[in-house]
Amino acid sequence: MTLMFHCAEYEDLLRVTMIRDQEMLNQFLDSISKFVRERLVPAENEVAESDAIPDDIVQEMKAMGLFGMTIPQEYDGLGLTMEEEALVAIELGRTSPAFRSLIGTNNGIGSAAIVFDGTEKQKQTYLPKYASGELIGAFCLTEPDVGSDASAVKTTAIKQGDKYILNGTKRYITNAPRAGTFTVMARTDPSIKGAKGISAFIVDASTPGITLGPKDKKMGQQGSHTCDVIFENCHVPAENIIGGVAGKGFITSMKVLDRGRLHISALSVGIAERLIDDALRYAIDRTQFGKPIAEHQMIQVMLADSKAEAYAAKCMVLDAARQKDLGKKITTEASCCKLFATEMVGRVADKAVQIHGGAGYISEYAVERLYRDVRLFRLYEGTTQIQQMIIAKNMIKDIQ
Amino acid sequence: MKVLVPIKRVIDYNVKVRVKADNSNVDLANVKMAINPFCEIAVEEAVRLKEAGIATEVIAVSIGDKSCQEQLRTALALGADRAIQIETDEKLDALNIAKLLQKIVEEEQPQLVILGKQSIDSDNNQTGQMLAALTGMPQGTFASVVKVEGDKVNVTREVDSGLQTVSLNLPAIVTTDLRLNEPRYASLPNIMKAKRKPLVVKPAADFGVDLSPRSKLIKVVPPATRKAGIIVDGVDTLIEKLRNEAKVIS
Ligand SMILES: Cc1cc2nc3c(=O)[nH]c(=O)nc-3n(C[C@H](O)[C@H](O)[C@H](O)COP(=O)(O)OP(=O)(O)OC[C@H]3O[C@@H](n4cnc5c(N)ncnc54)[C@H](O)[C@@H]3O)c2cc1C
Repeated sequence: MTLMFHCAEYEDLLRVTMIRDQEMLNQFLDSISKFVRERLVPAENEVAESDAIPDDIVQEMKAMGLFGMTIPQEYDGLGLTMEEEALVAIELGRTSPAFRSLIGTNNGIGSAAIVFDGTEKQKQTYLPKYASGELIGAFCLTEPDVGSDASAVKTTAIKQGDKYILNGTKRYITNAPRAGTFTVMARTDPSIKGAKGISAFIVDASTPGITLGPKDKKMGQQGSHTCDVIFENCHVPAENIIGGVAGKGFITSMKVLDRGRLHISALSVGIAERLIDDALRYAIDRTQFGKPIAEHQMIQVMLADSKAEAYAAKCMVLDAARQKDLGKKITTEASCCKLFATEMVGRVADKAVQIHGGAGYISEYAVERLYRDVRLFRLYEGTTQIQQMIIAKNMIKDIQ
Repeated sequence: MKVLVPIKRVIDYNVKVRVKADNSNVDLANVKMAINPFCEIAVEEAVRLKEAGIATEVIAVSIGDKSCQEQLRTALALGADRAIQIETDEKLDALNIAKLLQKIVEEEQPQLVILGKQSIDSDNNQTGQMLAALTGMPQGTFASVVKVEGDKVNVTREVDSGLQTVSLNLPAIVTTDLRLNEPRYASLPNIMKAKRKPLVVKPAADFGVDLSPRSKLIKVVPPATRKAGIIVDGVDTLIEKLRNEAKVIS
């Protein structure tokens, strides 16, 4: 069976299980928005200050079913379509993105390789546990010397009998401190330099030979953790190659990108809407020169520009998501969304701080924290420059 | 033990309510609707009784047009087993609602009916009491604790003088106060499962109840806006203003 066929098969699976039921989708969104408003927003400060999400909230997020939104229904997930996932991500964007990060890997890069290309046994072993949140999956691609040029992976996996021996260091791995499994990209054939020499492994976090570095100190998103994952003569059974075939790992990891980029774009829209809401409320409350600052034209310009940009990004994301659900190839569109939406939320956050004046620099106001939180979105899942490269390359390819 | 939970579709409590320009009613156009918060507490209590092994079946019922099926699905997602919609396009007053519910009580023979003490839209606080009178069942209103013991239910009620506990013979009627419980969030998997739970629709006209209105809504006006207060510079000014401006002392 070819890889293309695998992918088409997965798309079909999604379409069959699509929740094209508006009433049910509304109930999903209602329930999530209520949970965000009543449970997550009030906990934001505590999470930021303690750099930890309280256990009872983690349990409630599991009970809500938030860990399994993109896992297919036959493996106990919800099998959300891309459009539905985007709408959910917008709702989740209305609070600190640290919460979204906790469920982000199970719904994205941490489970996707198995969802797309896993053997039936791998799917049955792992997917139901990702869906329930019992197991957290992390994704290990980036290395100290390997970032945007992801196909240059240096971590090696050398075959010895029915095992592979992994050696190498993975960097900035989201949710690694909580992870039960790692999806690891490693070079099984050092004689092949590029993507084709890379395989994907599913590695149990308790395997001897794995050590975790200290948690990285970050600019924002406190409560969400990354760290190094170091493999030293780590023995992994050969059956743990995702899909059972060597040399396909990188292609596997690329399949999740469109979906992940649309997810981050939708999240950026949600956070932009939250920032605009906070800024608007502040502008109506705060009086200077004898009237609410919202009545000063220069403040209105910032509010209006922010609103228009957030709306544009929302239209882009939902359009691309619908096209993806129809089975169209949307690599260029997904990159356009990621490029525009993540830069947009940066500008909106900057204006939200500006509208708050000095208060915007003070941690008592959420905009100060969100301003730092959203900076990440322009960096991971492909930097802004990488999106620009992809878009332009595809434009040139398409015309030739 | 069967538990019946009547629920109402009302304007979402987060929505800023606006009155129509002609003062005929509250403006419901494009407004987000939700399950009445007191009814949600009633559903939660019934589901908890089921989880505790006391109730065997929880039935949600709502009276209204097709749109109230949304709230019935919410009740199913929260854990009710099946739902009944009594279909009518009319806005019925409390007595007619109670009469229709009486018919459902006769059909289903529940041991316990749990209702919200009032709905947040019209604040009538009547339906549970009327249903008790019509069915001859004992009632425990404004419940903050509900304990089923054998063939009795003990209901702790929030009354002006404090807490009062009454013991009712089953079958009985309970109406919920705010502090009875904190309803859970409908989980996404349960929302999906709710789609497959039974929901039957019964036309209100089939019940042979005279549904002609007993009351008429004449006018709805928004609460008067309060003028901003002022800070006075001392007791003398205060007395002067109370005497000459407010004219409340002489
Ligand atoms: C909080 C956080 C969480 C992360 N989580 C994970 C995770 O779970 N798993 C994982 O594998 N990785 C993760 N990453 C890593 C992330 O994906 C990388 O940081 C990202 O891909 C960028 O790589 P880099 O940091 O090596 O930057 P570099 O690739 O070194 O880029 C540096 C700069 O050069 C630019 N640049 C690079 N190449 C080009 C080019 N060809 N043309 C023009 N400009 C170029 C970039 O845009 C950037 O501005 C995470 C990172 C962070 C910060």
